[in-house]
Amino acid sequence: MSVVPMTATAEQSAQSATTREPRLRRLNGLARPALGLILPVGVAVLWELAVRFGLSDGRLVPPPSVIFETFAELARTGELQRHASTTLARVAAGFGFGVAAGTVLGAITGYSSLASRLLDPTLQALRAIPSIAWVPLFILWLGIFEESKVALIAVGVFFPVYLGVMGAIHSVDRKLVEVGRVFRLSDAAMVRRILLPAVLPSYVIALRSGLGLGWMFVVAAEFMGASEGLGFLLVDGQQLGKPAQIVAAIVAFAIIGKTTDWIIAAIAAPFLRWEDVVRRD
Amino acid sequence: MLVLDRVGKTYPNGVHALEGISFSVAPGEIVAIVGGSGCGKSTLLRLVSGLDHPTQGAVILDEERVTAPHEKIGIVFQEPRLLPWLTVAGNVGFGLADRPKAEREARVADALDRVGLADKAKVWPRELSGGQAQRVAIARALVPRPEVLLLDEPFSALDAFTRIDLQDHLLSLWADLKPTLVIVTHDVEEAIVLADRIIVMRPRPGRVFAEIEADLARPRDRQSAAFDSVKRRVLAALDRSLDRSVVTDDGETQATAGAALWW
Repeated sequence: MSVVPMTATAEQSAQSATTREPRLRRLNGLARPALGLILPVGVAVLWELAVRFGLSDGRLVPPPSVIFETFAELARTGELQRHASTTLARVAAGFGFGVAAGTVLGAITGYSSLASRLLDPTLQALRAIPSIAWVPLFILWLGIFEESKVALIAVGVFFPVYLGVMGAIHSVDRKLVEVGRVFRLSDAAMVRRILLPAVLPSYVIALRSGLGLGWMFVVAAEFMGASEGLGFLLVDGQQLGKPAQIVAAIVAFAIIGKTTDWIIAAIAAPFLRWEDVVRRD
Repeated sequence: MLVLDRVGKTYPNGVHALEGISFSVAPGEIVAIVGGSGCGKSTLLRLVSGLDHPTQGAVILDEERVTAPHEKIGIVFQEPRLLPWLTVAGNVGFGLADRPKAEREARVADALDRVGLADKAKVWPRELSGGQAQRVAIARALVPRPEVLLLDEPFSALDAFTRIDLQDHLLSLWADLKPTLVIVTHDVEEAIVLADRIIVMRPRPGRVFAEIEADLARPRDRQSAAFDSVKRRVLAALDRSLDRSVVTDDGETQATAGAALWW
């Protein structure tokens, strides 16, 4: 982490920012995100019009207005909240277990090469198994209720967190650790003042990809027999032929998933202000 | 008083890096260590800092053997090695974590003032230029008031103007605080501008080849004849240390042409 390349990137980004400046200024702060909305909104409007003008009956692919109605109806009756909170609770529990195990094991294998030689090959082998393959076993072991679902989500969350923490610890700059040694930091102080801040950016990324997998696996978990949850709404919509309900559940997944991801990013942001990132905008 | 007593270092893979290095540095003295690449001068500095351990002999500071990083010894590396997650003030105060907040803030402010970066206290390291970052690194090393400050090619990554600027800066800090300075450099001119004494090392294994007094008045004029004469003596010693010398008619050893450019 020498200063020379750091200042070089800073200068480069400053330079490219100035050359792009005039074009960007015309698209002010509000207009730029709107650019990304053109395609989805355009398609939705076109489809809505197509159904309105009778070009399609919209039975299998419901128009936006019907989806919105279904969504509002589910929300009004409290169904949506009930299913969403069940799913959220499962993800939260699975995420909690997965993050705890991934962090602890990742820290141990990252820190000690003996532990790494001992544990990492097994964990890597387990990682190669498609996680859904565990489902029958989890059901046999833990039953068909919450435990097996939480376990499956935890497995999904575990691996990205484990790999992220281990990799982050491995890549901590030895030169910065030496700075800690020069100032005679105790082991605990070394962890708190050098290692933790150094791994934090990768850890946040690991948490976010873990959470993403958690949301993926909760659907799989709820497919394997649930009477509640957004995944249940999906299955129910399929069995009763209610595509609008399926899409409404998908929309709910998208909203909640994005929100939880945003929460992690927002919590981490104040601690990562120092990062030397080349911003996209 | 910093004493190196027959210090040697052999790595586990059998590489013999240093052998029988003995010299002492008086309190407040400035010693420069020069030598061709691979002569183990940076290794030597690491042994003095306590980051590495000699396999023979001992490093002794004030009658106490140095076996680990010591509070009386500060070090500035070739790269600034600032912690990117701390502001400039946080970096400078890094070694003062156990002091009360008010004292820490006062000493950090004082140190930043001394290196002329008082206005950068709240800035992130990435926003500093190379020279500024190295000044912060020097401030960080000086804040715990070490008796000995070790500098491992501290200005070698900087451009010529910044380098001269920082050399002058280092000297003014030294004039105020009078720490012992041991500076490793491959720049002969830098060694003469800074040091009272220049230790020339020879490689394979690294040994002390010559010690040259630079008995010049401060501040030193890089253009003066006296400066030039010391410079020629150091270059000649460097050349002889690598067996690349020529002997002139009057028996004086002179650097071969081009050697001056080499270092």
